[in-house]
Amino acid sequence: MPMMEMRGITKRFPGVLANDNVDFDVQAGEVHTLLGENGAGKSTLMKILYGLYQADEGEILLNGDPTVIDSPTTAISHNIGMIHQHFMLVETLTVAENVALGLPSSRGALTDLDVVSDHIVELGSQYGLELDPAALVWQLAVGQKQRVEIIKALYREARLLILDEPTAVLTPQEVDQLFETLRQLTTDGRGLIFISHKLHEVLALSNRITVLRQGRVTGQATPAEATRESLAEMMVGREVKLAPDKPAVQVAEPALEIRDLEVYGDRGIVAVEHFDLEVRAGEILGIAGVSGNGQRELAESIAGLREVTKGSISIAGTDVTNHRPIEIRDVGLAYVPEGRLKDGSIADFTVSENILLVDHRDDRFLNRGLFDFGAIREHCQGLVDDFAVKTPTLETPVRSLSGGNIQKLILARELEGTPTVLLASQPTRGVDIGAAEYIHERLVAQRERGTAILVISEDLDEVFGLSDRIAVMYEGRVMGIVDPATATREEVGLMMAGVSPD
Amino acid sequence: MTQAGASLRVSSKYLAYLVPLGAVGFALLIGAIMLLAFDASPIEGFRALFRGAFGSTDALIETAIKATPLLFVGVGITIAFRANVINIGGEGQIVAGGLLSTMTALWLPDLSAWIMLPAILIMGFVGGAIWGFIPGYLKAYFGVNEILSTIMLNVVAVQLMNYLLRQPLIDPAEIERGTRIPQTERLQEGADLPLLFGSDRLHIGPLLAVLAAIAAYILLWRTPLGYRLRAVGQNPDAARYAGIPVKRTITLALTLSGALCGLAGAVLVFGSEGHRMVTDGSTAGFTGSAGFNGIVAALFGGLHPIFTIPASFLFGGLLVGGISLQRAVQVPSALILALNGLVVIFVVSTDRYRQRLRDQDARRDALASAGASSVPLAADRGGGGEEP
Repeated sequence: MPMMEMRGITKRFPGVLANDNVDFDVQAGEVHTLLGENGAGKSTLMKILYGLYQADEGEILLNGDPTVIDSPTTAISHNIGMIHQHFMLVETLTVAENVALGLPSSRGALTDLDVVSDHIVELGSQYGLELDPAALVWQLAVGQKQRVEIIKALYREARLLILDEPTAVLTPQEVDQLFETLRQLTTDGRGLIFISHKLHEVLALSNRITVLRQGRVTGQATPAEATRESLAEMMVGREVKLAPDKPAVQVAEPALEIRDLEVYGDRGIVAVEHFDLEVRAGEILGIAGVSGNGQRELAESIAGLREVTKGSISIAGTDVTNHRPIEIRDVGLAYVPEGRLKDGSIADFTVSENILLVDHRDDRFLNRGLFDFGAIREHCQGLVDDFAVKTPTLETPVRSLSGGNIQKLILARELEGTPTVLLASQPTRGVDIGAAEYIHERLVAQRERGTAILVISEDLDEVFGLSDRIAVMYEGRVMGIVDPATATREEVGLMMAGVSPD
Repeated sequence: MTQAGASLRVSSKYLAYLVPLGAVGFALLIGAIMLLAFDASPIEGFRALFRGAFGSTDALIETAIKATPLLFVGVGITIAFRANVINIGGEGQIVAGGLLSTMTALWLPDLSAWIMLPAILIMGFVGGAIWGFIPGYLKAYFGVNEILSTIMLNVVAVQLMNYLLRQPLIDPAEIERGTRIPQTERLQEGADLPLLFGSDRLHIGPLLAVLAAIAAYILLWRTPLGYRLRAVGQNPDAARYAGIPVKRTITLALTLSGALCGLAGAVLVFGSEGHRMVTDGSTAGFTGSAGFNGIVAALFGGLHPIFTIPASFLFGGLLVGGISLQRAVQVPSALILALNGLVVIFVVSTDRYRQRLRDQDARRDALASAGASSVPLAADRGGGGEEP
């Protein structure tokens, strides 16, 4: 008998069927992966299990008994725990305080943090989740914060753990460590629901895999019989190419040259230092690294959005160090920023207004000082068609488009006019497989046109699939540059963790 | 690229426009209860209000004149708000515009009307622009909160006005008579705002305000400059990313906003019955609180210059009709202020609902056109999932 079984779950939202007659169960001692694209209905299903939503139809059985879970409190009382993708921790409190938060104290009105601390240490040594209970959460590294979340759930005696994209923020080594912990949890008879879209991780960890698409279960598999390609096909509903075909291109002279760069981060701490890099026309250089190792600051300094305190940046031989963003663009930089809706587009502006973000002052779109809406429409329609951006009209606010379509829109805008250098930061983060595939194809096509492309990504699959060379970034420096054809993921993973290649 | 977006479904679109009218209805309903509390008949009161505001040609003219400074200010406020700058300094900017245009007329008495009229309007514009530029620059380059600085500058402006009208600009006749009323002499006739349709009251002020509203609309939605103002207002990070000079744009937004308020000041002086600038010691004595009421008109007009035209007219009517209401049913004048306040509260608090109506339509359209695959999902934003 499964420890948890969801039967015929259906959930409707106005105009949308989020879950359509979904069956899903977890046996004690197994990892059951829930796989699907953004909005396939995974979160909805898990929110129903955790009591955040109520199903319109269907039932949930815990150890065979039909159970109504009407709130997270009920879920927790039934030993269900959820590790959210975005940590639910109070940064200014200690580990022990965070774990104890919301629980009654064994001493009534007085706190029992020493008891809590002892138990945390105990759980930690049992499952390889070592933590200092007295440490303040804001001082912890990302991987440690995740441990706190897991400890929190274990402390509440969770038997069934829901892990929502737990690896998104971890280095390959941290992922290995996490998987070790998770396997240990299953040997104790716990059941785990693992949500991810990183296919190799899914294959490495799962006992069973259930694929959702458009709210329905479209496939089930075990790692033994599945491949990354077959899983992707179940997710998307057609055959997908996970890595683009890359014809050989003659690389030319360096288009982007960075010399001994030093840049400070938001907190006044050096984020990039002694950074040297060259990207040549016709190549894709991928920067691999764990988030927070200076990638964002590097990108912003190249684009003129962050002050360079030392060193130089030049594009096509022109020095652009600390030039204004618009001047750098004029020299030939195109920039796809990592924040789609933060920097790359204006959510409440329409599709055409967003296409004009940079070019709105261009004479092509003006007629005696006023916008020439005919010319604008023609231009925007052309780009939208060319890049297969799915939008009802050009007047639709970008906010109501999907992440993948917003990303395609930004790419369309940036690639227009064949830039000398394209800087693409996390170009496919959070977009669906179909859009990611498309974006990769366009990047490769742009490479053939002789653009020097610098891709910054936390997704190793992406970096390996796209790059002609991979530079690994760690604590603001280049740890080394490797050839994706010969390098292994392990090598790169070690460099990402700061271990020198030699 | 029109504001509301052509793609909106008709039904919800109209519904969205009906929401503010509903808000007014509710405000009047509560107003009726308040009238009852004063033992006054709401029907009689509201009838007097309507007649006083819109019931005759004279009433309509009075309403239009009252609405004029509201519209100038409302349009100015709209420009600032669109750039995400909150301008509470309308009062001070009106005063600054009034003062500079008054000084122009006093010190250049020999100009012909053809030059004089544009000159006083331009100087009103400039006066307000200066009074807007100061908080704009402080906000953009030093991070000074514009709400505080604009309010403070209101105080500075009124003291400046009181000083100037008591000392250097005072009518020499007042000194001779020893009455020392703080006012200028009757300004030269060449600077009187021309009257329309042979009326002895209706001057070109309302027309100028409507033209300003149309100009602001064109600026905001048809020019690169307006695009930049809105882009900075919606998302300064994205604007910076695209190479738009954010600080300069913020400064400009408040400067323009102040300039339009300054125009209201010029129109108040040269369209006044006495054709002179007078102070009673307070800002409201000169502005009639247009610097604040204009904000209400702008919000009521959905921060859209064109819709601010009827909104201002309606509020002008409320102000004019309020006096009739007060006379007809003998209630304190504060009740009219309370009524205005209620309208503001209802309009502002239903704004979110109005926005949601628009969103719903846009999202439904996106779902319909994107088809079954890779649809924007409400689930990611805390809502739903996928279309079947």
